[in-house]
Amino acid sequence: MLRKTYENIDSIGRAILTIEAKDAHNKELAEVIYPNGQKAFAQVIALNGSKVTLQLFGGGFGVSTDCKIRFLGHPVQVGFSDQMLGRVYSGNGQPIDGGPQLVSDMIRVAGPSINPVKRLIPKNMIRTGVPMIDVFNTLVRSQKIPIFARAGEPYNRLLANIATQTDADVIIIGGVGLKYDEYHYFKERIEDAGSKSKTIMFVHTHRDSIVEGLMVPDLALAVGEQFALQGKNVFVLLSDMTQWSDYLRQVANAQDQIPANQGYPGDLYSQLASRYEKAADIEGSGSLTILGVTTMDDVTHPVPDNTGYITEGQFFMKDGYLELFGSLSRLKQQVNNKTRDDHRSIMNAMARLLSEAEERVKAQKFGSVKDDYSLRLLDYRKTFQKELMDPFRYLELEDALDLCWEILATHFKKEEVGLSSDLVESYWPNKEDFKILKIQNA
Amino acid sequence: MEKAKGKVISVNESLVGVENTKGAVMNGEVAYIVLEDGKRLKAEVIDVKPGKRVFLQVFEDTSWMKIGDEVEFTGLPLSVRLGPGILGTVTDGLQNPLYELVKKEWFLERGMVVAPLDESKKWHFTPKVKTGDTVSGASVLGTVPEKMFEHKIFVPFSLTEDYIVESIVSEGDYTITDTIAVIKDGKGQTKSLNMTFDWPVKQPMPFHKRSVPKETLPTGMRILDALFPIAYGGTACSPGPFGAGKTVLQHSIAKHSRADVVIIAACGERAGEAVEVFKDFPELIDPRTGKSLMDRTYIVGNTSSMPVAAREASVYLATAVGEYYRKQGLDVLILADSTSRWAQALRETSGRKEEIPGPEAFPMYISTLISAFYDRAGVEILPNGQKSSLSIIGTVSPAGGNFDEPVTQATLLSTGAFLGLSRELSDARKYPAIDRLDSNSKYPSLISEEEVKYLKDVLKEGKSIASNLLLMGERGITNEAYIAYQKSELLDAVFLQQNSFHDVDGVTNPERLRIMFDLIKYIIDAPLHIETKDDIRSHFNFLRQAFLDWNYLKLDDPKFEKQKTKIINLVKQKANVKENV
Repeated sequence: MLRKTYENIDSIGRAILTIEAKDAHNKELAEVIYPNGQKAFAQVIALNGSKVTLQLFGGGFGVSTDCKIRFLGHPVQVGFSDQMLGRVYSGNGQPIDGGPQLVSDMIRVAGPSINPVKRLIPKNMIRTGVPMIDVFNTLVRSQKIPIFARAGEPYNRLLANIATQTDADVIIIGGVGLKYDEYHYFKERIEDAGSKSKTIMFVHTHRDSIVEGLMVPDLALAVGEQFALQGKNVFVLLSDMTQWSDYLRQVANAQDQIPANQGYPGDLYSQLASRYEKAADIEGSGSLTILGVTTMDDVTHPVPDNTGYITEGQFFMKDGYLELFGSLSRLKQQVNNKTRDDHRSIMNAMARLLSEAEERVKAQKFGSVKDDYSLRLLDYRKTFQKELMDPFRYLELEDALDLCWEILATHFKKEEVGLSSDLVESYWPNKEDFKILKIQNA
Repeated sequence: MEKAKGKVISVNESLVGVENTKGAVMNGEVAYIVLEDGKRLKAEVIDVKPGKRVFLQVFEDTSWMKIGDEVEFTGLPLSVRLGPGILGTVTDGLQNPLYELVKKEWFLERGMVVAPLDESKKWHFTPKVKTGDTVSGASVLGTVPEKMFEHKIFVPFSLTEDYIVESIVSEGDYTITDTIAVIKDGKGQTKSLNMTFDWPVKQPMPFHKRSVPKETLPTGMRILDALFPIAYGGTACSPGPFGAGKTVLQHSIAKHSRADVVIIAACGERAGEAVEVFKDFPELIDPRTGKSLMDRTYIVGNTSSMPVAAREASVYLATAVGEYYRKQGLDVLILADSTSRWAQALRETSGRKEEIPGPEAFPMYISTLISAFYDRAGVEILPNGQKSSLSIIGTVSPAGGNFDEPVTQATLLSTGAFLGLSRELSDARKYPAIDRLDSNSKYPSLISEEEVKYLKDVLKEGKSIASNLLLMGERGITNEAYIAYQKSELLDAVFLQQNSFHDVDGVTNPERLRIMFDLIKYIIDAPLHIETKDDIRSHFNFLRQAFLDWNYLKLDDPKFEKQKTKIINLVKQKANVKENV
C-alpha cells in the first residue's frame, strides 16, 4: 500500500517534531526523509487534531523544514531470530557490528505484560559464585534486581561476571548511555568468557541520540521475552537505567509535561515498572531475569527510589565492595532453605554480628569501646569485609558457607554466635582444619 | 434512550480527548473507543469541557488509536457486578477474572472481554420471601451457599421504593443469570431479578446504621495486637521506604487476621507479590475454618505494568466488593497495596489534563479523595441488628521514605492507626520493622491500657539508655541502667520481633499473646543481682535464646510448659544470688 508523505513540518526540537498530518496512528513508526534522500526513524507519541507529535530516533539536529515524513503503517518492531546471537545492534535495531542485515520475523516492542496467573513463584537459585550474593542475597531465576552504585564503581564488571559465570541460555546486554570503552569492555569480556555465541548486544553510546537510548531496554526485553517463551533461561543486563530515566526526563520536558520530582515526569514509576516487570518465570516456558545498574549518589534520589519500589531488591556497591547493609534480595527466602541446612542460620548470625559491630564503629569514635568482646567484633568486621565483600572473589556456595564458619571460629566463642547447638556441633571448625581462610591460619 | 456518541480528537497516552457528536454525556460514565480493527477499549469520562469536548481516561493501551475513531458512551458509571462467586477469585482492576483471560491469551491483550462472574455455575438457591411479600432495596430474596458463608441474594440496593413480589422461584439450582424473582412497583411496572446486580464502584454504599470501631481485630502480629492494634471497622496505614517490609506485613495480616473475608487490592505493585498470594493461599489451610485460605480471599490485581488508569478503578472495585460483603453480615478486611501508586496514577492523568499542580505535582484534590476512600470503612448495624464491619489497611510508599509528603500526610489524617515502617529497624533485621515509639493507634489493644503504657515506658527508657551507651560505653553507665537497657532489648527481641516465615512464631493468637505478655512482664519486673556487665550480657543472651526457643514451640506442645519453667528458673537464679551469698 502506498503511503502518503507529509511535508508541512511545524516545529523541530532536540528530540521532538510536530507536523500537520492525517490518519497517523498513536505509536506508529514513521520515517524522516531528508532532502538528500537519507532516512531516519521517528515514532508518533501524541495526536491532537491534525497535529502529530513525533519522537525522533536520530534527534532533531540537522532536521529541516523541507524534510518529509512518511508513516510506515506499523508500530516499532524488532527482528527476532536465533541468528541474532553473537551480534551487536543499535538502539533502533540496526546491526552495528559490520555483519549482514538479517531477514527475520518482526516482533512487537513494549507489548502488554504477561497474565500474572502464567507466572510461577520463583524458586530456582542462580549460582553466581559471588559470596555476598550467593550466601547473603541469593539471586533467583526471574528476579529483577539492579546494582545501586556511584558512577565509577566497577558495576559493569560485576554485571558481566554474573552473566558469564551463570548457566543462562541467552544473555542480552542492553547498554544505555555507555561510554565507548564500557561498550568495548562488555564485548571483550563476553568473548573472553566464550559466551559470544549466546549473547546479543543492543548498544547505545553517548554519540547516539537519546531516543535510541530510550529504545534499548524495550528492544532487549522484547527479544529476551521471545527467547523465554521458547523455553530458554534468559538474562537481560540493563546498564545504566539512571541515564535512561534522564533521557525520559528530557523527552518529557520537551513535550512540556508538568514535572513531578526533580524534573522527572510523573509517570517515572510506571515507565520503569513496565520494563522491569518483564522479568518472569513463565509456566510451561522459560524465564527472564533482569540485572540492572542504577547509578546514584543518594538512595532517596527519584531514580533509585522508584526503582527500589519496583525491583525485587538491590545489590549495593560501595568503594568496590558489595555491601551487606543496603543490599537486599526479596526472593532469597524462596531458595535459601533448600541449599545447605546451615545457610539461613549462618546468614542471619553473620548479619546480626556485623550489625552489632557497626554499632561499635559508631561508638568507637567516642572512645567508648574498650572491652574485649567489642574489640573482637571490630576485628570480625575487618575480616568480613576482606574475605567476603569483594565482588570479584569466586567461591562456590558451599565453600563460602565454610568460610563463614571459619570467620566465626576465628573471632568468637561458640556460645557468642547465637546459632543453634545442633548446627554448631556439625559445622564449627577447628582452627587447624580451615580450608578457605588460609591467611589467618598460617 | 439513544446512547451518546463521539469521535477521538486527541490522544496523549491514557488521556484521550473526544468531541461529543450526539446525545448527552455524564461525568464518570463509561465509554468505549472503537479502534479500526474493531477492538473496543474501555474508558471513563473524567472531564467535560466547553465546545462539546470530553476527556476520557482509557483503561488500556492507546497504541494505534487515531483521530476520528468512534466513541460509544454507555450512560452508566464504572460498576462492579455483585453476586455469589467473588470469593476465591483473582481479577484485574476492572473485574476481569485473570484465570479466564489466560484461557484466551497468555498476555494481557487489550480489549478482551470476559464475564466478571462465572455464569455457568449453578448455585443452590433457598428462597426467603414468598409471592405477595413487600420488598425494597437490600431486602433478602433468598440465600445460596458460597464457600463457608450463606450468601444473601438482595433486591438491588438502588431500588428504594416498595415492591410486591410477583413470583419467586422454588428452592433449587440456578445460575446467576437465571431469573429468580419478579417484582412489581406501585404503578404496576414489573422487574425481573437474578442473583446479581451492578453497583457504581465510586459511590459509597449507604450504611443501614453506622457504629464506631471499638473492638480489636486480632492480626496474629504481636506488635500490632499489643501496641498498635487495628479494630473491626477501623483504618490503618503503613507508610515506609522500600525494603522495610510493607509487603511481608500485609501478607502476614492477610493470612492470620481474624476477619471473615480478606480483599487484597494489589494496586500498581509487583506482579510477583500478587502471584505469591494467589498461588500460595489455595494450599494454605486456615486453622480457624479448616478451609483453604483462598476461600475467604478475593484479589484485585492491577500490577505495576498494567495500564495506569485502571489503578484507581482497582482500589474502588475492592472497596465496593468489601461493602457488599459487609452487607452480607461479615467482617471484611481490605489490604490496599499501595495507595501511593493510585495517587501517582491520578497525578499522571492530572498532569496530562494540564491541571494546576499541588505539592510534588499531585493534584490539589488528592487529600479529599484519600479521606473519602478511608471513610468507606466502618462498622455497620444491619436491619436484623447484626453487626458487621469493613476495615482498611493501606500501605503508602512515600518518595525517598520521607513521610512529609502529600499522600502520607493526607492518609495520616484519615486513618486511626499509624504503623510507620523504618529503614533503620529493617537494616538491623528487627522485623516487623514498625517504629516502636513513633507509631500509634487509637483503637483498643488486646492488653489493657496500663499494660500498653508499661511496655512503651520500658522501650522509651531503653532507647534513652542506648544513646548514653553509645556515648559513654558500657563502663560509662551503671549496672542498673545496663540492666534496664538489656530488658528493653529483650522485650524487643522476643516479643515485638516476630518471624513471619515461621509456622509457629509467625502467628500469635490472643490467648498466647496474654501468656507471652505475662512472662515478659514477669522477667522485666523481677529483681536481678549480677555484678559485671559481661555477666549481665551473658544472662540476657541465655534468656533471649530460651525465650526464642519457647516462641517456636506450639501452645499444645508438651515442651511448651517445660520451656516456660526453664525461663522462669533462669530469672529466679539471678534474682536470688544475693540471698544465697
